[in-house]
Amino acid sequence: MVDKEQKPPAIQGEAAGNLMADGEMDLLEDEQVFVAGQYQLMWWRFRKHRMALVGAAVVILFYTSAVFADFIAISDPAKSDVDVAYLSPQTIHWFDGGFSPHVKELIGSRDPDTFKKVYTTKPDSHIPIMFLVRGYEYKLFGIIKLDRHLIGIDESQNEERRAPFFLGTDVQGRDMWSRMVFGTRVSLTIGLIGVALSLFLGVTLGSMSGYYGGIVDVVIQRIIEITRSVPTIPLWIALAASVPRDWSMIRIYFAITILIALFVWTDLGRVVRGRFLALREEDFVMAAKIGGASDVRVIFRHMLPNFASHLIASTTLAIPFMIISETALSFLGLGLRAPAISWGVLLQQAQNVQTVAIYPWLTLPAVPVTVAVLAFNFMGDGLRDAADPYGN
Amino acid sequence: MIAFMTRRILLGLFTLWVLSVVAFIVITLPPGDFVDDYVANLIGDAGFGTPVAALLEENLRKEYGLDRPLIIQYYKWASKAAFGDFGFSVEFQRPVWEIVSDKLLMTIIVAGATILFTWTLAIPIGIYAAVRHRKIEDYALTFVGFIGLAIPDFLLALALMWIGYFYFDFSIGGLNTREYVTAAWSMGKVVDMLSHLWIPAIVLGTSGTAGLIRIMRANLLDELSKPYVVTARAKGLKEWRVVIKYPVRVALNPIVSTAGYLLPFLISGSVIVSVVLSLPTIGPLLLRALLAEDLFMASSIVVILGAMTIVGTLLSDILLMFVDPRIRMVKN
Repeated sequence: MVDKEQKPPAIQGEAAGNLMADGEMDLLEDEQVFVAGQYQLMWWRFRKHRMALVGAAVVILFYTSAVFADFIAISDPAKSDVDVAYLSPQTIHWFDGGFSPHVKELIGSRDPDTFKKVYTTKPDSHIPIMFLVRGYEYKLFGIIKLDRHLIGIDESQNEERRAPFFLGTDVQGRDMWSRMVFGTRVSLTIGLIGVALSLFLGVTLGSMSGYYGGIVDVVIQRIIEITRSVPTIPLWIALAASVPRDWSMIRIYFAITILIALFVWTDLGRVVRGRFLALREEDFVMAAKIGGASDVRVIFRHMLPNFASHLIASTTLAIPFMIISETALSFLGLGLRAPAISWGVLLQQAQNVQTVAIYPWLTLPAVPVTVAVLAFNFMGDGLRDAADPYGN
Repeated sequence: MIAFMTRRILLGLFTLWVLSVVAFIVITLPPGDFVDDYVANLIGDAGFGTPVAALLEENLRKEYGLDRPLIIQYYKWASKAAFGDFGFSVEFQRPVWEIVSDKLLMTIIVAGATILFTWTLAIPIGIYAAVRHRKIEDYALTFVGFIGLAIPDFLLALALMWIGYFYFDFSIGGLNTREYVTAAWSMGKVVDMLSHLWIPAIVLGTSGTAGLIRIMRANLLDELSKPYVVTARAKGLKEWRVVIKYPVRVALNPIVSTAGYLLPFLISGSVIVSVVLSLPTIGPLLLRALLAEDLFMASSIVVILGAMTIVGTLLSDILLMFVDPRIRMVKN
């Protein structure tokens, strides 16, 4: 410790009474610490890390919107409408007499000089924005038929039947907001599935390497060393480029996930091996072995739970890397391709300066990528600190 | 020491061999080859007669050896590549090394500039954050550092492009203004390049800088709590002297020794950024070679980058052993 917390000087009178009360509270908390379970301790520790809490909240929010993407989306993300192509984000007018959020009706035309689409609004028009409106039909969880959406405009009132485009539209007039919400699904699940895969590889190979030692250890360590000294990104691009273009969306999705996982597991493998080496000599492992437990049981029942929390923390920190990887690959046109929707696929439209300059809102998918990655990093950092609740 | 070096070099060579095999197989995985595309283009563009095309196709395959089994193709390429002859690029119709060497130089220049940027920024900031430990400046810098780590570099490139275009009326991209791109090396070209170099340096260096600030801060904090610092302070040395004279020097050790890791990391990492910023480095070249299924070119680039990674890692390990005697003891 560099700077010890300075205790305030003794306080007299009324304040002293408060201090006493605080002191008793501290004592109670101290006593609670002795009886609290490990996970309770971890939660207390995690709670103290305010940025981690915010990160966790954001992560939960993202996954919720991934589940309820249809509900949050305003219009069908695949529906194209040339009449509203390249529409810049629509302004929401909040007041019209009283408080009534609305958008103005649009009139599209072409600039006679540049042939660029330009949009003007009808000044006296008023399309109210409402909550829980009827929109396109979808199936919640793939079963429940619904047509309600979180926000939107009443389509029966509006003859044009055009949803408000808060974040503008792309080249085919598809709503950027809805597409970004749907992108959450692919971009965030790739992270989860990829991490699950690399966790599986890392734990299996890492534990074998650490538990058995000897020739198994040597072989697995060489594999890890080789994988790590390979220039990741070039080889990865080569691998991604070799994914056949005529594969179905699902197959490409899994192929890309596996590709990313293949390069991530080595870190986890190293962590697991190191822990196993340390735990192998512990008495409780010996006891379990003498008790007649099988190797698998010793590894998964006795040893693994000892550092499960560390694993969770390092896994969480691996997810943002996966998200960035998928985004980067799709951005280069080597990952997922349209009609699949992910943040990377959406960003592909913003690849050159011209588009970025003329249609700057197409770069918006960069915002959720950054926010999600930040949130995961903060959450992972908090988890890592909380993973060892018995440390100082 | 010698045993360690031999082991590492042997492992490095083995890794390179594995990499070359994997690269070769992976690149030939997609159906079709370069000749398919080439002939298809001829038929499409020039209305080439199909029988003639078939003949041409056969001749081209024979000429490039694409009709042979993969293992023979690999042997022919690898046996020459081991001695620096990387074969002929079908896409560019020139020897691979001729094209790659030029871009390789640019790649190293960009990576060097990035390292310079990272160090000049990260070391002072790291020291400052450690000295202001648990003060508002420290928290602010930590937060900024986190953001720097979180933003994917190609998104940063996009953002800079956008800012440059809107606020500075300056087209970001490339390493030279148009008139210098094909010009021979001259004073003017170097100056022109330096004026462009800072953008990729910022883009590539941001996450590294953020990471390095954290390392520097943590290292220095460890040192600052040691008794010798207290002694120095007790002797009445000025505060900046207390910090700079010994603790910073010790804290710098790991940073100097990880320089070797930084170079290959940057070369490999610059691939995606280079595509966005259209830098004349090896990244866009690799992408083009892959998409055109230019087998020799793509495999050569992957192997060359792999060799640089391995040499860089080895160098940094040796450096680490020289700088820190404790590691030397453990390795032996």
